[in-house]
Amino acid sequence: MSEFEQLYREVILDHYKSPRSHGLLEPCDAFAEGQNPLCGDEIAISLALDGDTVADVGFEGRGCAISQAATSMLTEMIRGRDVHGLAAMPKEELLEEVGIPLTPVRLKCALLGLGVLKVALHRAVGTPLPEEWAGLAQEPEIG
Amino acid sequence: MAASRVIRATRGPLAGEGVVAARPTLDAHRLRADFAVFDELRNGKSLAYLDSASSTQKPGRVLDAMRAFYEHSYANVHRGVYQLAERATEGYEGAREKVRAFVNASSTREIVFTRSTTEALNLVAYAWGLDNLGPGDLVVVTELEHHSNFVPWQYIAQRQGAGFRHIPIDDHGELQLDALERIASEGRVKVVANNLVSNSLGTINPVETLAAWAHEQGAIMVVDAAQAAPHRPLDVQALGCDFLAFSSHKLCGPSGSGALWGRRELLEAMSPFNLGGEMIRSVALDRTSWNELPYKFEAGTPAIAEAVGFGVAIDYVSEVGLEAIAQHEHELTAYALGLLAELPWVETYGPPPERRAGIVSFNVEGVHPHDVAQVLDWEGVAVRAGHHCTQPLMTRLGVAATTRASFYLYSIPDDVDRLVDGLRKVRKSFS
Repeated sequence: MSEFEQLYREVILDHYKSPRSHGLLEPCDAFAEGQNPLCGDEIAISLALDGDTVADVGFEGRGCAISQAATSMLTEMIRGRDVHGLAAMPKEELLEEVGIPLTPVRLKCALLGLGVLKVALHRAVGTPLPEEWAGLAQEPEIG
Repeated sequence: MAASRVIRATRGPLAGEGVVAARPTLDAHRLRADFAVFDELRNGKSLAYLDSASSTQKPGRVLDAMRAFYEHSYANVHRGVYQLAERATEGYEGAREKVRAFVNASSTREIVFTRSTTEALNLVAYAWGLDNLGPGDLVVVTELEHHSNFVPWQYIAQRQGAGFRHIPIDDHGELQLDALERIASEGRVKVVANNLVSNSLGTINPVETLAAWAHEQGAIMVVDAAQAAPHRPLDVQALGCDFLAFSSHKLCGPSGSGALWGRRELLEAMSPFNLGGEMIRSVALDRTSWNELPYKFEAGTPAIAEAVGFGVAIDYVSEVGLEAIAQHEHELTAYALGLLAELPWVETYGPPPERRAGIVSFNVEGVHPHDVAQVLDWEGVAVRAGHHCTQPLMTRLGVAATTRASFYLYSIPDDVDRLVDGLRKVRKSFS
């Protein structure tokens, strides 16, 4: 398998070119957006909740294939799941699904959507936000 | 955000067209032998390093000089009375003289060693801005400024209650100077801050014109020369600016060392930036007086061996010749823009080659720059992908990011060919 095929697996390119759950939900019960300052990847995620369960999810974003495909895959993993479980969802669970070798820089791309999801849940239902995602939740200071 | 993908490169005359006089030249293939990184082969090829605008590779001579300094001349500077400390001080101050000559400053007192261009610009923004900016005043930057000459001014202006304006760019990525009159009507212009060469587009900016305008307004002119100093001859007196900052690591020297040149009378009148050892004349329980220039702005033990390496790097690029470097990069830029213009699915940004330095920013239709750079890496081509610390400019371009190829004295046409071949692979892989 070439380096290209290892990283840009067919399933990754498929999610990138045809993202699932694309488009934000209006109205929604939870929302957050985040950027990867390194490369300018942007992700916004909206959730419809039914009690403590994720009823629906929609996202929009722009960025590299890895960031957009990983978020698309993430949306397929979370419908019907409990918000507290999702808030504690280990990143390995998503990375296993993504299933490609990632350098530290590309890891940030792949995990941006998961971080935004956790911020959205934190804001909407007060689930704990692990330290590693705290930076995503910060509002701009100036400008 | 209005997406206006209108900034396209226009094709200018190729290097050499219609030129009679001989131009200074350099032999990039020979110079590559000075850089060990190019000895490493991958699939029989050396690295096509096209990220020199971010940081340059280091010639053996700089590294040898730093090692020799550490082995035979190292002690702290300006303090010891023993011979070794004198040698260390001589090395450090000798580097300062090289920096002075490099930018044609009138005195080494006007040369402050800093960590980086960023620290030098922060020094001016804080030490000058906090004492001189207030309500009714305006700080003027440009739309294509690097964050290092943008964010400090935005922050200090806001802190001081001063206004913050920008000079917009036109569709070729060049400053729209007809905006100056409007800006001047909106307040007292006190600072004009601009990069001599744009790190994202390679635009060569009319700093002399801006400096003259700034002085008419009673403002100071602050020049970020990080992308200019390594690539073309610099003369602070001819530019007519008041402060100019650049870094060692972009001109073949080590990171961790940079320089600020400032007009003596301005530096004299300014408050210090960092405080502590070395920058004092005398300290008592109730008061402290400042050391003379430039030491007033050099608190703490500096990056000594790095300054020495900075000086040797200046020797190296000066011997290659700044005019020859500028010409070499101009030819590579024209060559690259010509080849990219043949790829309809590549959009390039910035001015024509005769008005830009050795930087080419572009996008491949439908592929994020990160993915472009990833695929190019597998082809042994190193490029930058991202916003290049110029988010306001990316907003103006209507893009999240670009891919950027940039050249230096060791860049060769084969690097450009491999870039273009790599882009064809990118296109094929993602379509």
